[in-house]
Amino acid sequence: MLVAEAKRIEVDLGLSHFKEANEQVRAALAQADEVVVASANAQRYLGCALAAGKRLEIHGTPGNDMGCYMDGGAIEVFGNGQDQVGNTMNGGTIVIHGRCGDAAGYGLRGGTILVRGDCGWRAGIHMKQYEQKRPAIVIGGDAGAFLGEYMAGGAIVLGGRAGSYVASGMHGGIIYLRHPLAAEEVPEGVVQSPLGEEDKGLLAGLLAAYNGAFGREGPSLDGADEGWWCLRPASARPYGGLYAS
Amino acid sequence: MAGRHLHREGTIRIPSGCAIAAMMDRTGGRHDGTDILRSIALMRDRSNGLGGGFAAYGIYPDYAELYAFHVMYESREARAATEAYLEHYYLSEKQERVPTEDHPAIKNPPDVWRYFMAPHPMRLPASGLTEAEYTMRHVFHINSSIDGAFVASSGKDMGVFKGVGYPEDIGEFYRIGDYGAWAWTAHGRFPTNTPGWWGGAHPFTLLNWSIVHNGEISSYDANRRYVEQFGYDCELQTDTEVITYLFDLLARRHGLSQEMAAHIMTAPSWQAIDAMAPDQAAFETALRTVYSSALVNGPFSIILGSEEGLLALNDRLKLRALMAAEKGPMVYLASEQAAIEVVCPDAEHMRSIEGGVPFVVQLDEVARRRQREAAESCAVREQPRDHEVGVRPCRRKEA
Repeated sequence: MLVAEAKRIEVDLGLSHFKEANEQVRAALAQADEVVVASANAQRYLGCALAAGKRLEIHGTPGNDMGCYMDGGAIEVFGNGQDQVGNTMNGGTIVIHGRCGDAAGYGLRGGTILVRGDCGWRAGIHMKQYEQKRPAIVIGGDAGAFLGEYMAGGAIVLGGRAGSYVASGMHGGIIYLRHPLAAEEVPEGVVQSPLGEEDKGLLAGLLAAYNGAFGREGPSLDGADEGWWCLRPASARPYGGLYAS
Repeated sequence: MAGRHLHREGTIRIPSGCAIAAMMDRTGGRHDGTDILRSIALMRDRSNGLGGGFAAYGIYPDYAELYAFHVMYESREARAATEAYLEHYYLSEKQERVPTEDHPAIKNPPDVWRYFMAPHPMRLPASGLTEAEYTMRHVFHINSSIDGAFVASSGKDMGVFKGVGYPEDIGEFYRIGDYGAWAWTAHGRFPTNTPGWWGGAHPFTLLNWSIVHNGEISSYDANRRYVEQFGYDCELQTDTEVITYLFDLLARRHGLSQEMAAHIMTAPSWQAIDAMAPDQAAFETALRTVYSSALVNGPFSIILGSEEGLLALNDRLKLRALMAAEKGPMVYLASEQAAIEVVCPDAEHMRSIEGGVPFVVQLDEVARRRQREAAESCAVREQPRDHEVGVRPCRRKEA
């Protein structure tokens, strides 16, 4: 463990098992607010339950469930994320300077996930919101199929193209799309429309966060005022009559 | 050995995840097993030590024209019975113990032998079967009728090294670093529905086919009933077995390309077909109608190995992860991206295998040849059917 400066510690995980790797990272986080993982190689659960005020900078490829249950901390990955980034995350920020795998933001409850490139299938599956907890995912590239599946709250912003079955079973929240869906791709119970005035503020804030994180690395996401579409459920309880009438 | 008294595939069902990986040199260049071992070892936590294995293509160039049987034995009697049987139906060029190395983590291994053989020059023609069909039937016979013997692989210029343990330990046990192959596949097992035993570990093989599989298919019984009609014995009751037989049936016997076979197994939904142009919709409808029982449902990602190369396939809803990347002539596949980077840090074009879209990697020479040969590339009815011009009763197609 190298103490580079008082508040910043660097750890090298190499090929260590996730159990030892996470112990090493947690020990470093106990000593410093900022920990740099010099090389991650598929170690799972990095940044699990990371608390507010703590920051993890990861180089290499972190394993599945990175930032799971994260509680207000910050993770920045210089590389790609694997599957289930931010699983059931409660708050904080994850920034990925690459692509990420399937089910990013699985059951997301709060906080923000920013992905510069593409994401796999089922990003934002079953993300939700409650009162002030309004999670968000911003994806700069293309998304795999089933984006926002069973989405119950929060916001997803997609800069690239969506795969098929967008918003299947969506019953809350909002999905902002740079490229509108063809009419037949909009699932039953979901409505696609141009942005309303009330939608612009939230989108502008998320685009600013994305551009702030990746500003110099590639094309920025612009134009909260025009050129964006949104998907939202047609009613408050679109599936209310599905199993009981 | 003790394994005889344990539950086996087919006698018990346990409701699990797995790791799969593969690498291939499209130019046919041979690479030892060091890299595939490191790749699968990184995903150790996806398996639980109850099964691991490797398939290797191009490892027996000196015997490339002969069937290379890898056979596991629990007893001397089983070996004696199997060798007597093989001697009757094959001419053996060479037989020997597969070299292994004692490994602290590998307990009670069976006695593993390999045989390089040609079908008996009289009995093969007398059987009226093709060479492949002949061999398949003898493999089925040994696996179902000789107690304590299991044919782990039965292809040409390829072999499978598998057993109960973590894959990296199994690989060291079999000394896979000593073999040079143009394609390697690997599997780390977390058995779900069946117990782990040596024969049931992956890759599962038949002839030149090998399959490593992560997932659990829900269409098992529909697929099993279908392939059983064509003489495939689903002895192990595993998903992997039935998927192997589906590929053998569709690609080898029906002459379809592997890609088309994979497409049939992950056919588009009726909803997607309804949205297609009429010609394409009619084609897809015909495929789904003729091969309705070959549709594979449920979560799976598989890597198929053959003499042509590799084919990776994810279920239509992509309920399993599988990544692919390239570097020069090398193609890499793995359940997790890091398992590719650990052996090729500068791998290019890292992407995921999409649901229901076969990812095909062929040897350069095969790619050109197969394009012309695949049944669906040939004009329909170039020649009249036998029964239209013949004067004798129809014989079985295989005759």
